[in-house]
Amino acid sequence: MTSTAVIDKSAPTRTVKLRSMSRDRTWALRWSYFFLTLFAIFALIPPLYMLITSLKTSAEISAATNPWWVYHPTLSNYVELLTSNQFLTFFRNSALVSIFVVTITMLISVPAAFALARMRFWGSATLATGVFLTYLIPETLLFLPLFKMFVVFGDMTGIQLINKWYVLLIVYPTLTVPFCTWIMIGYFASIPKELDEAAIIDGASWFQTLTRIFIPVALPGLIAATIFAFTVSWAQFLYPLVFTTSTDQLVLPVGIITTLIKGDVFAWGQIMTGALLGAAPPLIIYAFLMDYYIAGLTAGATKG
Amino acid sequence: MADVTLRKVVKRYDEVEAVRGIDLDIADHEFVVLVGPSGCGKSTTLRMIAGLEDITDGDIMIGGDVVNDVPPKDRDIAMVFQNYALYPHMTVAENMSFGLRLKRYPKAEIKTRVDEAARMLDIVELVDRKPKQLSGGQRQRVAMGRAIVRNPKVFLFDEPLSNLDAKLRVQMRIEIKKVHQKVRTTTVYVTHDQIEAMTLADRVVVMNNGRIEQVGTPNELYHKPATRFVAGFIGSPAMNFMTCKLEDVGGKMHIRLTDSIIFPLPPARAERYKTISRTDKLLLGIRPEHITEASPHPEPGVEPFDVVLDVIEPMGMETMIYFIMEGAEICGRVNPNADARAGAPMRLAMDLNNMHLLNEASGAVI
Repeated sequence: MTSTAVIDKSAPTRTVKLRSMSRDRTWALRWSYFFLTLFAIFALIPPLYMLITSLKTSAEISAATNPWWVYHPTLSNYVELLTSNQFLTFFRNSALVSIFVVTITMLISVPAAFALARMRFWGSATLATGVFLTYLIPETLLFLPLFKMFVVFGDMTGIQLINKWYVLLIVYPTLTVPFCTWIMIGYFASIPKELDEAAIIDGASWFQTLTRIFIPVALPGLIAATIFAFTVSWAQFLYPLVFTTSTDQLVLPVGIITTLIKGDVFAWGQIMTGALLGAAPPLIIYAFLMDYYIAGLTAGATKG
Repeated sequence: MADVTLRKVVKRYDEVEAVRGIDLDIADHEFVVLVGPSGCGKSTTLRMIAGLEDITDGDIMIGGDVVNDVPPKDRDIAMVFQNYALYPHMTVAENMSFGLRLKRYPKAEIKTRVDEAARMLDIVELVDRKPKQLSGGQRQRVAMGRAIVRNPKVFLFDEPLSNLDAKLRVQMRIEIKKVHQKVRTTTVYVTHDQIEAMTLADRVVVMNNGRIEQVGTPNELYHKPATRFVAGFIGSPAMNFMTCKLEDVGGKMHIRLTDSIIFPLPPARAERYKTISRTDKLLLGIRPEHITEASPHPEPGVEPFDVVLDVIEPMGMETMIYFIMEGAEICGRVNPNADARAGAPMRLAMDLNNMHLLNEASGAVI
């Protein structure tokens, strides 16, 4: 008897409580869906418009019809770009620059971050802050002095780097290295101190501690930094615009602008196609690495 | 395996002296526990033996060789950390074999050693798991396994059980003791838990304020503490301290606790304390188990007195009683069948054969 009474008493209160909690949750979910949808529409309209325009002929683009509909879909823009040697050169230059920059950045940032995060040496804290401050100086301020430096360097040594695609391999890391180092310092700092002490006692050198403990454990951070470095070098516009001029040395963003805009004639269909094709590699990389990135984050890799 | 020797070891951080000149000899196969409150320098001492901290002054020797400037990996030591410090991206077997793989041991030998350690620690079925799939106790076993497979000269434990819950801690304590009985490697173990220190150690080193207060077997520390710090630190509940004076009544030495409570000292004690000045400020130290209910036929040296109890704590096999004497809270242990009630008067007896007399100013046990 007593036990049933207890159940009778507690049952309603419990359900009421649960229901009120789930009602709260329902509303929270509704609001999040509402704003997420709003944001998705806002973010996806430009690429959609690009896609629509890329499927049109120039005649249809300039015709006074509904701009949101393709009446005579065509792949001619794609065919033209993908068969043009120029566009493929831009693509190749962009790919080479990005891959090399990512590699150079990681080769510098990861050991630098490890040293700054773990090897206490004189001035390491100041240096770490200094690295971050470097990142705060905008490129619009840097490109003129940098350009001048390469001119002076060229005059002094006779090695002409300006207007060569590989000059960007020297220029881009000024943006990517400080930021990636900063990200990696954060990730490395979150690894418990005992982990490297255990490794050191187990007989690992600093280098082995870095490669066999720190890099695997901080892999999500490493991937985040890689994605960042890739995106920055792939999408960089100002520096290649300044440092490269010959058509065969251009990277994609600058190439599209300089070759597809002839005077005041805009080849909109091809510009949109080029931009879409240019957006594909970062998209693919995000798609592949994001899963891994999130999996790494949720696994709590640094929890001993 | 090897002995460990510390000679006048000092560690200074800028202006702070964390370790102030420690001398310690740890014999081969010995299990030594460094115990003390936080900030006493015990962990720093251990980390200096490991080579994770530089030595400001003095010498550390492992197996007779001075290792002051030898990097940790060449000291042939293994360490178990409080938070286990397992490599999260490696399986249990990989964790355990990491050190051996770095030293390029043959695969077969690594496998034999890992299997053996896993069997010893009862983690055979866990060897393919990642640390995050393990419970706290299992992680601690793996951390010990990682130390065992290396077969080092010295094991170092830095508060290995502090992250475990109370029940598991007791279990792992026994486990550690079993392991040491099997592998007999010289062990230095740091803890702030005096029960852990007492139960595990061959010898306990009590540290306070960067210095060694006393070194001895658990029983020596318990029954013959050298200082007030050791007397108060070892034993739970802690030893009671009350101010007292020595007085001569009728040609016999007495100890006066309050205006009304004065006990004759047992002859052995009277002999030991005969040179003490009667005006010295003294402390009587007496453990709770030596304050019990009065018996109708008291042993010699067990003196009855009356108090009003403040609080009682029944523990089942015994009852802890608390009362106030001269402003100090005193704890005693009585039989659960004795009639102890809070707020009620009770006749107790103090066993002066087990008393300690301390100099209040210096804290030294006389």
